[in-house]
Amino acid sequence: MNGKMKNIYLYTRYERSWHWLQMFMILLLLITGFEVHGAYKLLGFETAVSVHNTVGITWLISFAFFVFWLFTTGEWKQYIPTTRKMLSVVRYYVYGIFRGEEHPVPKRKDAKHNPLQRITYLSLAALLLPAQMGTGFLYWSYNHWEAWGIGFLPLGLIAFLHMACAFAILQFLVIHVYMTTTGHTLFAHLKAMITGWEEVDERVRIEDWEKKSS
Amino acid sequence: MKKDTEKIFLSTIILVLFVFLSSAGFSAEAEQPALEDSPGMVMAQQAEKGKTTWSTTDHSKHKILNQDFTSGSDITKACLSCHSEADDQIHKTVHWTWLAGEPVNGKQYGKGADSVNNFCISANNMNDKGCVSCHIGWSGKDDQINCLVCHGQNNVKWKETFDDLTYFHKEGDPESLEMAQELQGELRKAVVSIARPTRQNCGSCHFYGGGGDGVKHGDLDSSLTKPSKNLDVHMGIDGKDFACTRCHTTELHNISGRIYTAPAYTDRKSLLENDQASRITCESCHGSRPHKSGLKENDHTDRVACQSCHIPEFARVNPTKMKWDWSKAGKTKDGKPYTTEDQYGQHNYMSIKGEMKWEKNVKPQYYWYNGSLRSLTTKDIIDPTKTVYVSKPTGKREEPNARIYPFKVHEGVQPYDKIHKTLLAPLLSGDDGFFTKMDFQLAFNKGMAFSGVPYSGQFDFVNTKYFFPTTHMVAPKSDVVSCNECHTRNNSRLANLTGFYMPGRDRFTLLCQVGWLIIALSAVGVLLHGAGRIFFSGKRKE
Repeated sequence: MNGKMKNIYLYTRYERSWHWLQMFMILLLLITGFEVHGAYKLLGFETAVSVHNTVGITWLISFAFFVFWLFTTGEWKQYIPTTRKMLSVVRYYVYGIFRGEEHPVPKRKDAKHNPLQRITYLSLAALLLPAQMGTGFLYWSYNHWEAWGIGFLPLGLIAFLHMACAFAILQFLVIHVYMTTTGHTLFAHLKAMITGWEEVDERVRIEDWEKKSS
Repeated sequence: MKKDTEKIFLSTIILVLFVFLSSAGFSAEAEQPALEDSPGMVMAQQAEKGKTTWSTTDHSKHKILNQDFTSGSDITKACLSCHSEADDQIHKTVHWTWLAGEPVNGKQYGKGADSVNNFCISANNMNDKGCVSCHIGWSGKDDQINCLVCHGQNNVKWKETFDDLTYFHKEGDPESLEMAQELQGELRKAVVSIARPTRQNCGSCHFYGGGGDGVKHGDLDSSLTKPSKNLDVHMGIDGKDFACTRCHTTELHNISGRIYTAPAYTDRKSLLENDQASRITCESCHGSRPHKSGLKENDHTDRVACQSCHIPEFARVNPTKMKWDWSKAGKTKDGKPYTTEDQYGQHNYMSIKGEMKWEKNVKPQYYWYNGSLRSLTTKDIIDPTKTVYVSKPTGKREEPNARIYPFKVHEGVQPYDKIHKTLLAPLLSGDDGFFTKMDFQLAFNKGMAFSGVPYSGQFDFVNTKYFFPTTHMVAPKSDVVSCNECHTRNNSRLANLTGFYMPGRDRFTLLCQVGWLIIALSAVGVLLHGAGRIFFSGKRKE
């Protein structure tokens, strides 16, 4: 790193607790979910189902708070997708990073996500996670389908979609965890998500369009 | 300021983790509700309260019963002199007729007519004396009803006693008359010991179906005469000590619970919905959502019969017969019939019956079942190239009243007519019976003549199956079938039931393969990426 570093407060307390709570829930859901699917034996089917249901419903409810937070704070604007600088970010991760180049889109309080993150997190928060919660909720409420007039749905279909989403989430997890090591130090991003403070190069200016208030 | 935030944040995380772990643990524990808490148990206990004797008569004080009886029909007449409608009622019941419903296409179902099984095969239209010994007439359908089979509390060998009486009276000497007097005393004692049927009464026939203890039903044998609570929570003498009629509600001598062509019940009403409802279903007393509220078990009751989980195994005390191979019958040792015994002391070979297999603690087999069995008669054409289902549960998953239900499946190898492609009904008892002569041709000729079905003279043997619904021997809560005995990939109890998705048992092979491949590729990808970063940063430093 060439430049002088400065600390900026990037993630609020709610954001961080939500992140780790969600991480914890998703981890539990993955572990118990794959057990319920019969991939291995750990807690036993009965306990696995019970934990999965409890955590799943908790996730659903707490996700509603997250959505509320997103819209009341205006943070949703951080998720607006863009193609600008997308290619340079991609180029950075497949090439520049090996040459020790600077990240083309540095972080700022009002521009937390680079274009690649924006598209990833938007698909995650708006598509994949809701899809997983939706199919999970349907799976959970299987016995009411008849009364709700959706008795024609085969459980296998919902289970299939739920499983497919689970694999997608697991894949996200693998890459996401790795990506946290790509900061200016191995644990810089991780530390930021714990303390809220991220070290960034103070010389770099970010452009107005990248800010959420733009 | 920063430090404080950090502290607050970390403690929040720890608190959240703690709350989650404990709530997960709690809900896992909640799967085991206390007995008193489950509404099904509370309801059943309320329904069961106030069990007292409400009889208004003492049979020993009735003059008509204090007479010298010389025949069975004398006793019946005495009974009917007060219970004037009993014989009309009995004559209409299946216990008397041994017939199921009206004839269909010239076939009369029921063991008293055309129905066959894969044990002793047929009662030859009530002509097989061995089979008919279980009939409640003094001597078959042509005689009077023996009320004491079901209502008598003393075990009397009626025929012997009456024969002896006749003999002593004929002798006429003082000693013989004294003996006769003694026998009369015993008879009178037996005649006045009257009660509602006990397990012993019903069991005297139903425990011994197929010619021996536990032969036919895996969930009905002499171990239920005085069962422990462990064997049957309802009948256990250390528990509720229910008599059979406690659940087999009886109206005008019609005892509920018979399953044959027609189901034993068509609706599952609890006593709360209809206080005159038959108590033959579990739901009658326990309701349709008997488990503690919030438990997934309640969501199973619409598709899984209570018996499927609550009877983990049948024949838990005495062994039951699981296979009977008639084709091996007729072998002799030194020109004489012989028998051999298995580890339970049961016959696994008898020259007069063939080869048999007995088993204990048998896991049931599970099938969709709407309450009706489809069974074969001597008049049905079979396909001997395949296993023949002499009886089979009917019901499909799509039927709302069908449930997954546990069965004992008895395998048979039994004779059929090679030309007419019908199951053969040999005559077994009596002078010409197979048990006596060990001559199949003679037994088939006699037996089929009684059945009124032609026999070509050519026979062979065919593999068959016969199904018994399992409903007795309800185990204590601690022994129920656990979730993962069905919801498991390997050796699921429900492995044979297909056409629907079952969590834990079924998988999406392609999705899982592709899914795990993507995960593996992603992992390899990020590892390579990481290795590349380390490699190039090392190079840069050089």
